[in-house]
Amino acid sequence: MRKLYSGNEAIARGAFEGGVTAAFGYPGTPSTEILENLVQYSKHGVYCEWSPNEKVALEAAAGASIAGARTITTMKLVGLNVAADPLMTLSYIGVVGGMVVVVADDPGQDSSQTEQDTRHYARLAKVPVLEPANAEEARDFVIKGFELSEKYGCPVILRTTTCVSHSRSLVEEREPRERNVTAFKSNVQQFVPLPIWGRKLRVKVEERMVAQAAEACSSPMNQVIENGSELGIISHGVTAAHCIELFPEASILKIGFGWPFPDELFKSFAAKVKRLVVIEEGDPILEEHIKSLGIACEGKGLVPRCGELTPAKLYAIKQQLYPEQALPALPAVAEEAVDLPARPPMLCAGCPHRGLFLALTKFDVIVSGDIGCYSLGVFPPLNRTDTILCMGAGFTIAHGMQKAGEQKKVVGIVGDSTFFHSGITGLLDVVYNKGNSTLIVVDNRITAMTGHQEHPGTGTTLMGDATKSASIETIARACGMERIRVCNPYNQAETIAIIKEELEADEPSLIISRAPCPLHVKKPMGAPRVIDEERCVNCKLCLRCGCPAIEVNTNGRPRINATACIGCGLCDQLCKLNCITAE
Amino acid sequence: MIYNILLCGVGGQGILLAAKIISKAAELAGYEVTAKETHGMAQRGGSVMAQIKFGEKVHSPLILEGSADVLASLEHIEAIRCAHYLKPDGLAVVAKQAVIPVTVSCGNAKYPQDVEARLNKLFPKLKYCDCVTKALELGNVRLANTILIGMLSNALPLPMECWRGAIEASVKPSTVEANLMAFNYGKQI
Repeated sequence: MRKLYSGNEAIARGAFEGGVTAAFGYPGTPSTEILENLVQYSKHGVYCEWSPNEKVALEAAAGASIAGARTITTMKLVGLNVAADPLMTLSYIGVVGGMVVVVADDPGQDSSQTEQDTRHYARLAKVPVLEPANAEEARDFVIKGFELSEKYGCPVILRTTTCVSHSRSLVEEREPRERNVTAFKSNVQQFVPLPIWGRKLRVKVEERMVAQAAEACSSPMNQVIENGSELGIISHGVTAAHCIELFPEASILKIGFGWPFPDELFKSFAAKVKRLVVIEEGDPILEEHIKSLGIACEGKGLVPRCGELTPAKLYAIKQQLYPEQALPALPAVAEEAVDLPARPPMLCAGCPHRGLFLALTKFDVIVSGDIGCYSLGVFPPLNRTDTILCMGAGFTIAHGMQKAGEQKKVVGIVGDSTFFHSGITGLLDVVYNKGNSTLIVVDNRITAMTGHQEHPGTGTTLMGDATKSASIETIARACGMERIRVCNPYNQAETIAIIKEELEADEPSLIISRAPCPLHVKKPMGAPRVIDEERCVNCKLCLRCGCPAIEVNTNGRPRINATACIGCGLCDQLCKLNCITAE
Repeated sequence: MIYNILLCGVGGQGILLAAKIISKAAELAGYEVTAKETHGMAQRGGSVMAQIKFGEKVHSPLILEGSADVLASLEHIEAIRCAHYLKPDGLAVVAKQAVIPVTVSCGNAKYPQDVEARLNKLFPKLKYCDCVTKALELGNVRLANTILIGMLSNALPLPMECWRGAIEASVKPSTVEANLMAFNYGKQI
């Protein structure tokens, strides 16, 4: 029977059916649900963990694979930046049990700071990249990835995108293959890439790629849909699926295994069509290579480089391809929609980060932020983030600014999960190199933005077992941090006082702004607040916290939405007339 | 023939569950189905969308502008924002419900006062209902989305037993009866 699976659920299913023994990852949209789904198979003996970061995850997966187990590691696109170091060398030393590195790209940047095309990493690491177009292919390609990985002794990248990971389609479930783990066999000439052996491994990588390219030419992961010879389209992943619907008149080469490049396949397809267009989401990787083979084709001259290749963008390509047909324009956004208020994402009602950012509005400081829910502190009315670079850089950007002689005090913020991911080394740098930044960990006791995943500080593993809970304070102290304060961000007077004292210190200091994410706790913090309309003078001070539960009525006066309010009490403290109270 | 249904609303309104029920009903009717959802950063109170397609064969999970058979919105200005996805003769099903964005509360933007007039102008085929108030009358605010699903159900070739099966598969067993009541209420609108 076929069942609806999201791409991410299907990747988990594929790992299970393919006999995976161990899985490692770090949460990141759009990849998070893979391990969240795979953990259901732990009762069949599949080991799953959230690692502190993607580098750790990929290294641990490499260890499991070298020990002979089929393994999977999952991350979002920017996670592979963190894990790039082990990937490059793993390509040389190779694997034993099949290893699939799942990287979820985010064309259109729904939830990501960059729009990287992970196929570049596959080329750099010289490992195959597989690109499923739907959930069933996602399941199948994981299994094929294990097989390719074992056949060639190298990791295989499975590149999914937001559109594949977060769309559901039907998957026929199959029985899982038996798990088979061989014991580790020492072989230093393979597993220790000292230059003397590494040079030999380097040659093997090139030989392997020639064989992989030949295999890609006949792989069923690459499909030709024949539809006449007037127009031929080469596309990849889910973009090829859009093309099949938008260009029913064209022959389509749908690439699912496009690196190492299947040259003979490109040549034979090109020979069959009069006009060839390469439609790639992201960078013109296939296009530039196909042109280098001496094959005439069109590509990025017609196809946008930035953003997701939506059906509307493909339709625009079609309009350019057939100007003589004068295809009708697509409906534009309605005139009635032009003046609609924007709806940016925001901190939830009752979010503890709001209290910390609200307190920071009292200080003329530079705020170096980081990746997580607290990235939303940048939006009005809080406006309390000046820079965001990458995971962990909340601390290090602050340190660099201070060392550059920046006159204003700089505050560096990271979340709790981010602290364990890559904040610790930044804190160590500040202490070791005698910085004087004020560092803040906004500790809501969970990885919140990606939907509440456990981390080394929560005391629970992905598999639900109780474990040691790493202490941010103890780690900071061990790094040499002497000033460590903990504040309750819902208490404005306390939080403001602590920030003031720590900003005045001429040495590094750490503030831990600690309160659990109420969305995770799933309990109201108190009674919903009400504004006493008799006494309210409509000064709108309560709106300064930007809480979505405080709405402005049609009469222009603030009102608290009782269904949205969780009774955190932050707005009570803003009202100078004390007219916000618990119901 | 592919049927295209576009759901829109605000993060946190329950759009994922609504998408799950509709796609499950199509699956139970034996169609090939795709359903694309918004997760992550876009979800925290932002505008969200889900796209459901079903038919004999579906390749792409995304809907082309101007080709949705049904546009269903859990928040009424979001229907206006997504109006260009609907076919000229498509059905718009809209909950009479305002979720005020923070941009409005901060005084940086205005929430329109003429929503109903705009909806009537944009959608020749419009079903507009105060689902939240009706859901409260039925005993639970969470039934609002099920009312909306009932409202759009007549525009799709899916038999009642598939809707029933989809609801049973998607909501808590204790709320199945209430959800079916809400669905049937919506179906009458």
